[in-house]
Amino acid sequence: MGEEEVGQKRQKAVVLVLRAAAFLATAAATIVMALNKETRTFVVATVGTTPVTASITAKFQQTPANVFFVIANAMASNHNLMMIGSDLLGLDYRGFKLPLVAILDMLNAALLSAGVHGAAFMAQLAKNGNSHARWNEICDKFQGYCNRGGIAILASYVGLLVTLGITVVSIVKLLKPKPQPQPLASEIEVP
Amino acid sequence: MAKIRKAVTVTLRLLALAATVVAVVIMATSKETAHVLNLTFTAKFTHTPAFKYYVVVEAIAGFYTVLALLLASKSLLSRLTLILDLVVAMLLTSSIAAALAIAQVGKQGNSHAGWLPICGQVPRYCDKLVVSLVAGFVAALVYLLLLVYTLRAALHPVFAIKP
Repeated sequence: MGEEEVGQKRQKAVVLVLRAAAFLATAAATIVMALNKETRTFVVATVGTTPVTASITAKFQQTPANVFFVIANAMASNHNLMMIGSDLLGLDYRGFKLPLVAILDMLNAALLSAGVHGAAFMAQLAKNGNSHARWNEICDKFQGYCNRGGIAILASYVGLLVTLGITVVSIVKLLKPKPQPQPLASEIEVP
Repeated sequence: MAKIRKAVTVTLRLLALAATVVAVVIMATSKETAHVLNLTFTAKFTHTPAFKYYVVVEAIAGFYTVLALLLASKSLLSRLTLILDLVVAMLLTSSIAAALAIAQVGKQGNSHAGWLPICGQVPRYCDKLVVSLVAGFVAALVYLLLLVYTLRAALHPVFAIKP
């Protein structure tokens, strides 16, 4: 086994580990945000001596940015899973594989970046409110919901950074000059 | 072939530059005051962190586009330009997603959280924001197209760059 082959195998192993990390991070983010739900009962009025309660639920479906977050992370983890599977099975699409993987990785990173930042700024709005628009903060009442959302966003950020690393590695591999086949001495025609 | 490639790249970068400049200028100059029930209600982009982030990132992207246009001739920096293009494309998609998330709440409100939409009180501010967000979206799309175009030579031998 030549030195170049050992180097290539090491690079493949590194990319595989990175992809596994990205898959785990985005899958965790998807699951934590998708199961994010909290119900609280508040006392809204008192009739005589009995308090009247109303129960309010905070779900991730109530915010379109969080819905997009769940969908984007689900698609990203699915992409990473497919890439790990195709790497392990050794599939090769007639030399199309490397450019296809680089472009798909890039689109994956863009999708993930959009999803995580939309959810992060919505979370900031929920935590601090916006006094100019008269929007009250909701995290003081729904602490569990906000904490879980924060964890999901953090996990997705980690996934985004790892996905960016994978994209850079894929693009650098793509730009490496391919070795040209040398003609055999018997094939060179002497004019 | 190299001339066509350079022409397309320069055109895409000029388009992205125009889009980012429009996004920054229109959002920075959008300000409206409304009077509701004896209260004055000002709407500025500095009230919202998402819009501040959007303006800063679009400005950075515009500045980088100018740099890339000026330094286009040196082929030594082509790999660095590609990686920086990727970073700027990610920044642009992140900023437009953040701004759109907050703008959607401003336009339609969120009844579950008790947040009322504000576009009814400041319609012209909302219109200017729409223009700025569309420009930002175009800038992000153009940068992604630029990246795919730069890598297209490896997609199919037909597009191979002839020396």
